[in-house]
Amino acid sequence: MKDKILLAHGSGGKLAHELVEGSFVKALANPLLAKLDDSAVIDFSGRLAFTTDSYVVSPIFFPGGDIGKLAVFGTVNDLAMSGARPLYLSLSFIIEEGLPQSELNQVVDSIQQAAEEAAVEVVTGDTKVVHRGSADKLFINTAGVGIIPEGVDVSGGNARPGDKVLLSGTIGDHGIAVLSQREGLSFSTQIESDCAPLGGLVAEMLAASPNIHCLRDPTRGGLATSLNELAKQSKVSIRIEEEKIPVQEEVLAACEMLGFDPLYVANEGKLVAIVPAGDADKVLKAMRDNRYGKSAAIIGEVKAEHPGRVVMKTCLGASRMVDMLVGDLLPRIC
Amino acid sequence: MRFISEFRRSELADGLISQIHRRSKTPARFMEFCGGHTVTIFRYGIRQVLPSTIEMVSGPGCPICVTANADLDKAIALSQIPDVIIATFGDMLKIPGSRTSLQEAKADGADVHTVYSTMDALKIAEDNSDKSVVFLGIGFETTAPTIAASILQAREEEIRNYYVLSLHKLCPPVLRAILDSGEVKLDGLICPGHVSAIIGSRPWEFIARDYGIPCVVSGFEPLDILQSVDMLVAQVENGESKVEIAYRRGVRPEGNQQALKLMGQVFEPCPAEWRGMGEVSDSGLKLRKEYQHFDAELAFDIVPGPCYEPVGCICGEVLRGVKTPADCKLFGKACTPQYPVGPCMVSSEGSCSAYYLYGGGFEG
Repeated sequence: MKDKILLAHGSGGKLAHELVEGSFVKALANPLLAKLDDSAVIDFSGRLAFTTDSYVVSPIFFPGGDIGKLAVFGTVNDLAMSGARPLYLSLSFIIEEGLPQSELNQVVDSIQQAAEEAAVEVVTGDTKVVHRGSADKLFINTAGVGIIPEGVDVSGGNARPGDKVLLSGTIGDHGIAVLSQREGLSFSTQIESDCAPLGGLVAEMLAASPNIHCLRDPTRGGLATSLNELAKQSKVSIRIEEEKIPVQEEVLAACEMLGFDPLYVANEGKLVAIVPAGDADKVLKAMRDNRYGKSAAIIGEVKAEHPGRVVMKTCLGASRMVDMLVGDLLPRIC
Repeated sequence: MRFISEFRRSELADGLISQIHRRSKTPARFMEFCGGHTVTIFRYGIRQVLPSTIEMVSGPGCPICVTANADLDKAIALSQIPDVIIATFGDMLKIPGSRTSLQEAKADGADVHTVYSTMDALKIAEDNSDKSVVFLGIGFETTAPTIAASILQAREEEIRNYYVLSLHKLCPPVLRAILDSGEVKLDGLICPGHVSAIIGSRPWEFIARDYGIPCVVSGFEPLDILQSVDMLVAQVENGESKVEIAYRRGVRPEGNQQALKLMGQVFEPCPAEWRGMGEVSDSGLKLRKEYQHFDAELAFDIVPGPCYEPVGCICGEVLRGVKTPADCKLFGKACTPQYPVGPCMVSSEGSCSAYYLYGGGFEG
């Protein structure tokens, strides 16, 4: 196989077959994919969760992850946020011609490892190659399906006054890690992306309390945007406390330098849970017992007044509004 | 020492807040000159924790906000000239000029690059020797030395396709103009931290001496601002007016001599047009004669067209500290961060943007 991806790799001809069978099917080996039919045919019963997302992150490799890992975990996490157990993914590549084969292989290996860690199978896929300049190295789309266990009803519209707001760990790590590698802005940092699959964490949280009302992973737009979405969907207000929100000192420093508020910086391995007050401690314990929720904290509560509003008690004891992200803080980070 | 979380510690803040409440007896109006301070004040709700004796007003210290529409139009007109690449700091892109913004010009095909440093602009010039690169020289005394350095480097490396549109503004002259206008009566001034890191604290002495107004140079964390307010209150209550530095980890009385030398070597003061304030003498910087061949205004035939101010926008009065964003009929209705009318709503350091995003005056 040559060392660069050519337009012919996406043509459906011999080179395309070589790529699919030689690289993708081999690396992602599972019986459903290996059939190479037009669709994966799967038997199952129960309530289905179904989601899709596209990944255009630049650069495609960054501290703590890469576009492949992100494409698996991002979609898996969207399924988990519905309370579902993620099962199967589709995987679609849009490749800019000239991408080194070695980089593609590295991404595919990373997808394989991520799928294994998240306990999902890639069962169908597609590859297109576009002219140089029509894409930026590599774009990936994944869709995913999962099954929602009996008795679980998680939705952004379920928050009730009195509920507690839980956060699974430090915010802003992914956004700052990616930004630190940007051309023209590279700065030296120890921060790594928090990119992680949250299906296991969610399953353990639901085992602690099946009454979890809302789950959301604060990706683009950060914690502030997720909380605003939940407040609007549930027609409640959310009050959080600045001092309760875990942020790494290095992320704080990078944010100061760049003029960002960590509340708006992207995460890829964190979740917000809204839980009935009586179950909050149980769920918090389950989170802290999981490797992806070690620094989980209760950061605030749900109120009835001023529906749709998110208010934060600052470290000075004052209150301020927390709006959604406006415009692009960090373009194309996931 | 942790330079961020240490300056956000609530127990230290509580002590400062109580001290301010204890000390402050005389009603006093303090202006924070700098947009960065405005953001800190709103982001941490500092106005809410101060006693009713203290009124805070925001000043004109947002370099993008004070750039006159006519100058924005020049930058946009430059972007329309064939084979011209515009290099600029990001915030400039979204600011609406008389008819359009650089962001819209870019979407229509103008070659506009966002850079994080003047040296990146120089690199673009080196990489595109068949084109002309114009750097938009926006900013106060903080950015001017770095732009001076880029010009000196361009000269040394004989980069002949690099130009600067110098729209720099100097802070002390505009403060004099604001105080001379008599529109706003001030009892204290929080002097800008980053500007003072370059020019030092001495250039503010005329304010304490000639106008009897206490001055404190402040950093940008909430404890910095509280400490500066406390120092201002102490001066007011003691009937003093002097220049003090609260931001000792960043500012020395004499400033940064090397930066000042660079700036003085390349630039000289000139009159400048400020949004809302008109022309203020000696408040701008132009390239000295020996560096004139880097001057975009001289190198290109710029045709900006007639200049219009947005109807109903009171950014000018907000910048002078005469009105607050809430006084504007457009605020939060026709003018929001998504659909801004005036620059103070666009810039991340603009008063209107800070007021809108953090819910200025919101008691929740």
